[in-house]
Amino acid sequence: MAKTNPHVDVVLVGLGWTNSIMGMELTDAGLNVLALERGKDQDTVPDFAYPKMADELTYGVRYKLMQRPAKSTLTVRHGVNDTALPYRHLGSFLPGNGVGGAGTHWNGHTWRPQPQELRLKSYVEESFGADIIPEDMTIQDFGVSYDELEPHFDFFEKVLGISGKAGNLNGELQEGGNPFEGWRSSEYPLPPLARTYNDELFTQVAQDQGLSPFPLPAANASEAYTNPYGMQLGPCNFCGFCERYGCINYSKSSPQTCVLGALKQRENFSYRANCEVLKVNLDSDGKRATGVTYVDENGDEVIQPADLVVLGAYGLHNVHLLLVSGIGKPYDPISGTGVVGKNYAYQMTGGATLFFKDKEFNPFIGAGGNATTVNDYGVEQIDFGREGFIGGSYLSAAMTNGQPIRNMPLPSGSPSWGAGWKQAVKDNYGHAMSVGSHGSNMSYRDCYLDLDPNYTDDHGRPLMRMTFNWKDNDVRMTQYMKQKVETLTKALGPDDYRLSFKDFNSMYDVRPYQTTHNVGGAIMGTDPSTSALNRYLQTWDVDNVFVMGAGAFPQNIQYNPTGLVGALTYWAAKAIREKYLPNPGPLVHA
Amino acid sequence: MKPTQWNTSRRGFIKGSLMMIPAVSIGNGVSLTAEANEPPLDLGDYQPTFFDADEWKFILAACDRLIPSEGEGPGALETNVPIFIDKQMEDSFGHASDWYMKAPFQENASPLFGYQSALLPREVYRRGIAATRTYCQQQFNEEFSALPEDKRDQVLSSLEKGDIQFDDVSSQQFFAFLLQNTKEGYFADPIHGGNKHMAAWKHIGFPGARASYLEWVDQHNKAYPLGPVSLTGERG
Repeated sequence: MAKTNPHVDVVLVGLGWTNSIMGMELTDAGLNVLALERGKDQDTVPDFAYPKMADELTYGVRYKLMQRPAKSTLTVRHGVNDTALPYRHLGSFLPGNGVGGAGTHWNGHTWRPQPQELRLKSYVEESFGADIIPEDMTIQDFGVSYDELEPHFDFFEKVLGISGKAGNLNGELQEGGNPFEGWRSSEYPLPPLARTYNDELFTQVAQDQGLSPFPLPAANASEAYTNPYGMQLGPCNFCGFCERYGCINYSKSSPQTCVLGALKQRENFSYRANCEVLKVNLDSDGKRATGVTYVDENGDEVIQPADLVVLGAYGLHNVHLLLVSGIGKPYDPISGTGVVGKNYAYQMTGGATLFFKDKEFNPFIGAGGNATTVNDYGVEQIDFGREGFIGGSYLSAAMTNGQPIRNMPLPSGSPSWGAGWKQAVKDNYGHAMSVGSHGSNMSYRDCYLDLDPNYTDDHGRPLMRMTFNWKDNDVRMTQYMKQKVETLTKALGPDDYRLSFKDFNSMYDVRPYQTTHNVGGAIMGTDPSTSALNRYLQTWDVDNVFVMGAGAFPQNIQYNPTGLVGALTYWAAKAIREKYLPNPGPLVHA
Repeated sequence: MKPTQWNTSRRGFIKGSLMMIPAVSIGNGVSLTAEANEPPLDLGDYQPTFFDADEWKFILAACDRLIPSEGEGPGALETNVPIFIDKQMEDSFGHASDWYMKAPFQENASPLFGYQSALLPREVYRRGIAATRTYCQQQFNEEFSALPEDKRDQVLSSLEKGDIQFDDVSSQQFFAFLLQNTKEGYFADPIHGGNKHMAAWKHIGFPGARASYLEWVDQHNKAYPLGPVSLTGERG
């Protein structure tokens, strides 16, 4: 018999970026807020302290800060007629675990989407005609505009202390920034990070080719900084242990360094770690959430009553919770009806590795967001009608996390073991740089999430099932980027180089790390028959359940998702405070 | 002295001393010494916990070919890589304790879906070593560890390509774990048992756990001048 806790106004499911923000906003509104985090409690000290973080095997290779598939995973298949198999160990993507979530172990690439990416379907139809959209492509508008989100991008960047250079201040183009970005109401809070040698080389060839290089916007502090919550960051020391690690130095923006220290001081906020929410509880007619059921650190089931439930776990888990809780109609790819699980998308990436016998790159020196970028081939820059695809990329030269177990690029034809391998690692370590393409991924009728019929977790719940594969449109996009990357690569003049881009035979491979940018499944929109959430991230069917995270993206943008995830969270919080709390109920009437 | 000469003589010394180890380690895992948690720095003194005497000989002989002593830089044996592997067998890796290991298993699934075997990595090692030893007995009438270098390379290469097939374990999966763990042991911090005296880091110029480079960020195209440090504060 499950015990029942005292009622709270708000229960937050998960305590990473989104629910740390929600905690600030909803305690500001005077509500009594409880966060439930299924992973452990963790903070800079002692959990991310030097020297223990500087351990590639433990954190970089054995993923000790990540979700353990033994406790939580999903199944994967390529097509609707296949049997899905469990993602038994981590590879392609790395959901976080514990307080701070993936916000503790990211690199810190913090972007805004281009304005038209938020209304992609309308933009494509207006500019190129509806007939260029392939029949099985299910792209949609987000239902919220760039102008509406701008103040929230701006504030999120100030909370994180982003290091960068504006390219467009209130419509005025700025030297040294991204000329293709949407307008910004203010400059980045901190100047760009110091430039490494690869940045210098890439900047030169990009300028020679008439492109517009600029520093990647980084959640790694270039200088000491105090954010609007009074939280302090110290300057990044380029330790080189960024992605997959907690920051040793209070320099990488994370829920811990930017929000939680302030939030934990509030008397109307509390949180419990090692408490895994199993489902959202609904009243008898399924129209209203009564709270959640979770398993506590002793393995006991607990009912937590609440007036408002905010799902802020990793995007994939939020979708799983909607499915197992029976909130919203599950998506069916055959009929194309239903909404929960619809439009799962990923990220189309590719890249070149360049080898220089006589150049020293010192790849162990690097911030997580250490990169120089061009956005000349962005979504808004490409003529989709002429090129025959919908999408775009940013190209970048990044140098980070150069630890030798994972980061040992060798020229094609190098032996994988033996004396030849040993010589090759000596000859090439520290003498390579990369040029990468980080691109959009469209949504498709048969790429979606539902419940798996064969595999269960420790609690007996069905695992979620991901059905996903690469599609020709996105391969054409990345093949276009391959030409651009190869041109830049040749101009850099390496002794040797290697290209790695998806082609028309490529199938989704769960083994190599790609990105932890899983999007969709709980998408936002303007029509309850085609989206799970309204434009304020409120579920259409249960008005006191809001869902944060990149699950809301109807297709993936060309950029890393965190900037948009943060802005959408502040946007939803504003709607809850200004519209929902005074008058609880659906914020949009269908 | 030329590095190759040093390595050759060093390797001869190590191999000579190794032949005497396994007898004391039978009994699998029980160490009578107080330093059970502290690996002896000399590979020849190490008593494996997971591997039995014959398995240990195999691991030594295989690691010796995956990262040999010949040429510039240390080999797997000089850097205690086999100790690392033995420890991993008892750690979360060997037990797959972080992995989802619930049935049903589809052993013949496409490799695109990652690991789909019911076997724990330590079981893959145990079966893979046994099957490879049997294969060598049948093919060459010798233990793998007694084969000359070129024959050992040939066997390892056949495992890698799947040219040898075993009944109860995937030869390619066995080789993949062995190679992955050998490289991990070579480049991981010495706290995990391999990379003795950070010799592999010195070989490539990785400064290990220094983790502080602000003053060197703008020193473009200059090799970083300082040697490595380890998690326990050892300096190289």
